[in-house]
Amino acid sequence: MNTVSAPLQHPGVIAIADIPVVSVEKMRETLASETEAGNRIGGLFGILDEKEKPRLLLVMMADRTGSFHVILSDPGEAYPAFTPDFPQLHLFERQLHEDFGIVPGGHPWLKPVRYTGSADRPGGGNFYTVQGEEVHQVAVGPVHAGIIEPGHFRFNCRGEEVLHLEIALGYQHRGIQGALVGGPDKRTIHYMETAAGDTTIGHSTAYAGVCEALAGIETPARGAEIRAVALELERMANHTGDLGALAGDVGYLPTSSFCGRLRGDVLNLTALICGNRFGRGLILPGGVAWNIEESRADTLKTRLKTAGREIADAVGLIWRTPSVLARFEGCGPVPRETAEDLGLVGPAARASGLSGDTRHSHPAGAYKKDRPALVTAEAGDVAARASVRRDELVHSEEFILRLLENLSAGEILRPVSPLKRNCLAIGAAEGWRGEILHVALTDNAGRFSNYRIVDPSFKNWTGLAMALRKQEISDFPLCNKSFNLSYCGHDL
Amino acid sequence: MLRSLLVRMKQGYRTFSYPHGPAPELPDRYRGVPSCADPGQCPPACRLCEQACPTHAIRIADGAFNVDLGACLFCAACAGACPKNLIRQDREYRLSASCREDLWSPRPRPAAVVLNRRVYHVARRSLRLRQVSAGGCNACEADTNVLSTLAWDLGRFGIQFVASPRHADGLLVTGPVTENMKEALLETWNAVPGPRLVIAVGACAVSGGVFSGHRETAGGVSEMLPVDLYIPGCPPHPLTILDGLLRLTGRIGK
Repeated sequence: MNTVSAPLQHPGVIAIADIPVVSVEKMRETLASETEAGNRIGGLFGILDEKEKPRLLLVMMADRTGSFHVILSDPGEAYPAFTPDFPQLHLFERQLHEDFGIVPGGHPWLKPVRYTGSADRPGGGNFYTVQGEEVHQVAVGPVHAGIIEPGHFRFNCRGEEVLHLEIALGYQHRGIQGALVGGPDKRTIHYMETAAGDTTIGHSTAYAGVCEALAGIETPARGAEIRAVALELERMANHTGDLGALAGDVGYLPTSSFCGRLRGDVLNLTALICGNRFGRGLILPGGVAWNIEESRADTLKTRLKTAGREIADAVGLIWRTPSVLARFEGCGPVPRETAEDLGLVGPAARASGLSGDTRHSHPAGAYKKDRPALVTAEAGDVAARASVRRDELVHSEEFILRLLENLSAGEILRPVSPLKRNCLAIGAAEGWRGEILHVALTDNAGRFSNYRIVDPSFKNWTGLAMALRKQEISDFPLCNKSFNLSYCGHDL
Repeated sequence: MLRSLLVRMKQGYRTFSYPHGPAPELPDRYRGVPSCADPGQCPPACRLCEQACPTHAIRIADGAFNVDLGACLFCAACAGACPKNLIRQDREYRLSASCREDLWSPRPRPAAVVLNRRVYHVARRSLRLRQVSAGGCNACEADTNVLSTLAWDLGRFGIQFVASPRHADGLLVTGPVTENMKEALLETWNAVPGPRLVIAVGACAVSGGVFSGHRETAGGVSEMLPVDLYIPGCPPHPLTILDGLLRLTGRIGK
């Protein structure tokens, strides 16, 4: 018997009956053999089968072949945790325990993740405590200075030096995954658009992929290209804003001021396509709602070139200003091995020398033909994360211009047939923070029986915690901004 | 150094002249307030627009199309559902109101922000706000944040976001108020010295938005705090937020 399913392409679909069901021990062996073979862990989920019994679903990603492997297991009430061997599963197993009461025995830190319907609140309970002379704790949040989402950061420090940072989230939990069960319905697309509102295009693209796989239809070429334009614009807007904010955090105001405006200029390009700066209402299962006609493409190109030039100027100042670089370099380093162990994704992973990028490993739609160049760096520090974003800005702009130059003829939206019954589908997209993964299961009426969303932040928050070790606590804002992770994308 | 001066020159002067000059241009596909062009043409007992609305913002009553802008996502689902293609969305950006009932459209627009004397004295010349995201998706937050950039330059109106509630004249709240943020929101509110204001930004903060009915969230800020200004949208355009703040402080629309 196979230990993993037949490979699913992306976006991919498989009948639930065709997914191998193995023992927990066999699943552990599969995790070991798959990671040994260079495959990555997409996620480990608790899902309810048709008898409302929780099962383990493991999603593996084969970057070399661009496919997914899935496997199911029945864990019973308890099983020996995977986390000690595969640290990147620590939050997934905490979630499993929170949702279903299944005990991953030997899990080092089995706190709730989202505090769903719990009497406890995030920020309560025990925090990991470092003991020793002069060791003290600093508690920050959930309400922070500035206009930012809520989360609680608990630092264990000796003097200014951070020995350990624990990040407690869940404040933003709105119950999205639960509300998706029984869909798709009239609210579904809005849940996708607001899962992480700054990644509207990323999440709605992954969702559209899931629906199209389940409906057995292809995205029309022109629709897929318009999606890619919007996804890269989303990346450009956020990278621009974050590079400005990074400069602001070290008190370098020129880049900070210029980028604040330029980010808006890029958001306005998304609004030029669909009327909304965040891309609300653009992506639909089956394609996109708004066309980019020739004259609109010309306006987009002209305005994008201007913005691109001004962004390059504004951002370039960072690398011409030694006092800024001195603050960025060596700050908040995440070594490559740590990034790999924690399963980091996106620019944060690429800044530590990993090459994961869904646009390259699991391309869908317009990315099958062409894609922005892959950007990596080695140092894994704030400077590396900034340089990855700087270079991605350039490649995204060039890619958008190529897409607009060569938009395919034809329809932008195709009708979506009823979703296949009793199937599992996976959709992914490389959002600006990294890999977005959506996994849906349908029941025997073709409705969602389970829907799981993995925002890149879910995998990357621990990377921020590790980046802070042995750093000065005053560098926290700078390190935090270099990741700029989503609170609501994590809390869902 | 020379390089930074050169870049500064190339970036130019970018602050909008609004409200003295024209408002920044809205995109041609901007979706404002929905309305029915001719309810007389509606098929008998047709309720498709009402049923299509993801947030139950539409009420068809006595043959009239009414929409609660506080719940509306401006998503055009109603327009897409209309068999006669009668629903239009205008280009109105002045959406704020200080009274929840004034968010129902049609209405005399823009709804006059009731400038009560208390608000006026607190906020007229200098308004310091503490922002609290209580389940916001970071879109309302981002387009509030943008007001402090040099293009919008909120500071020129004496309005500023501050780090401590102790320094604030009020709260600007985004998000439907999750169960997990209730306590933190109330504590922040209690830390603001009175007299104090509350401004609810976005469909979630006004009515719960797309999360209304979730057990994990409340149905907006007004369930626990007295709201002085409602700013609808999902998310509101920065111009909508600015318009609301300027009306509240009596700088426009007096």
